[in-house]
Amino acid sequence: MNLRTRRKAVNFLALSLSLAAMAFGLVWLIWILWMVFEQGVGAMNLSLFTEMTPPPGGAGGLKNAIVGSIILVGLAMLMATPVAILAGIYLAEYGQRTWLGKVTRFINDILLSAPSIVIGLFVYAIYVANVGKFSGLSGAIALALLVLPVVVRTTEDMLALVPNTLREAAFALGAPKWKVIMLVTLRSAKTGVVTGILLALARISGETAPLLFTALSNQFWSVDLSEPMANLPVTIFKFAMSPFQDWQQLAWAGVFLITMGVLALNILARVMFRQTVQR
Amino acid sequence: MMPVDQNILNLTSQISIRNLNFYYGKALALKNINLDIYKGKVTAFIGPSGCGKSTLLRTINRMYDLYPGQRAEGELLIEGTNILDKGVDTIALRAKVGMVFQKPTPFPMSIYENIAFGVRMHEKLSRSQMDDRIEWALTKAALWDEVKDKLNQQGTGLSGGQQQRLCIARGVAVKPSVLLLDEPTSALDPISTMRIEELIHELKSEFTIAIVTHNMQQAARVSDYTAYMYLGELVEFGKTDDVFIKPRDKRTEDYITGRMG
Repeated sequence: MNLRTRRKAVNFLALSLSLAAMAFGLVWLIWILWMVFEQGVGAMNLSLFTEMTPPPGGAGGLKNAIVGSIILVGLAMLMATPVAILAGIYLAEYGQRTWLGKVTRFINDILLSAPSIVIGLFVYAIYVANVGKFSGLSGAIALALLVLPVVVRTTEDMLALVPNTLREAAFALGAPKWKVIMLVTLRSAKTGVVTGILLALARISGETAPLLFTALSNQFWSVDLSEPMANLPVTIFKFAMSPFQDWQQLAWAGVFLITMGVLALNILARVMFRQTVQR
Repeated sequence: MMPVDQNILNLTSQISIRNLNFYYGKALALKNINLDIYKGKVTAFIGPSGCGKSTLLRTINRMYDLYPGQRAEGELLIEGTNILDKGVDTIALRAKVGMVFQKPTPFPMSIYENIAFGVRMHEKLSRSQMDDRIEWALTKAALWDEVKDKLNQQGTGLSGGQQQRLCIARGVAVKPSVLLLDEPTSALDPISTMRIEELIHELKSEFTIAIVTHNMQQAARVSDYTAYMYLGELVEFGKTDDVFIKPRDKRTEDYITGRMG
């Protein structure tokens, strides 16, 4: 009896502590979301999407930054995902035990945890410094380098989750290896792989550091990839640091847009992943 | 009726195994196996876990090729060819030797596509020929009536027993001459098990069947010949009735009477 009351007390204590820890973590998240919402919703209006970034004191929107961000992020995804999926397939299906596979996996893990500012400086050093000017293309390359390790890793992990019995069943029907991978293994892991792509997309949507050295920013409308290109994160950085009230308002609006976008992507990824696991 | 004599007259060896050794790395898992699997008969492999019966089955379609470090030595003759030879086309071999696994493994595609998958690897059929082949295979696997109205639904949506019959249909659709069944009912309920056993009876008129099972009653029910394996050795091989009623080896007797394994 004594033992049982003691156990209940310990249980109560441990449960309270973990609940408190969870509450501590959640408070900040909710605070951030609330603040973004409070400040951002007020700044929402249609001209955000139809007008360019204004000079201080003028009226304007974020059209060039929004479109620039979409171009940069889209281009980065287009460059990185095919390569990353192929690399993930190599790691999971061909190179598990090989020397090349192990080295690639190790380097990819390092790349995965590399600070994004390092990637930005790298692209600056090998591309921007050589060409002599900031450009949208260099920004997309920097973002692509951030996407690459994330998608390689999730693709490999998701393929590794596919049970070997399924591969064997396909091989037992006389299918060659590449058909087994394309038609059975990759198809089984499809939602997981897409989830990884969405998470990578969410990650680069808000990246500022790599763009500071590459795409820079642009006060005006430009979709020329060889010119500096406007984008949301750097615009937010610039506007939020400025002393002008209307620029700060626009920065909050941009923050709200990015946060909502990333939140939506994360929820979508989660819903999709849940479907994979249930099946 | 003199079934014994008839059997002797009709027996032809579909697969001849001679001096077969199998290694997992350095560990010897099959020791000098000599055995004939007869055409049009059901041969059951029984024995305690780890005795090598699944290994033997996986040697027949070279499944072990997928795993570096696993290798086989000796002869495994199918229609006169030693399929253990380096140059053997495993894709063609697996068209001839189909396999069904312990756990049902429907592919993540429609029921129709599940069956068409294997056929497309070996034959180029028109749409209507493929439709016919799929109906034929599903009928053979006693699944046609249950799924004929939902061929476009996902194979993963079927019940466990139906999934396993889908896997059998998938194997049959390629028109192999041999079917390997690796504990095909161990993940199924008794009613599904019964259906699969009935199916094995039906299929043996057209296919040579080798089945690994943990269930001795099942071996006795479905097979014509039984091989008892223990610790990588083939202890006893003979007509199922003989093996179960008057085993020659003490170890076989211990196993089938439940004193061991």
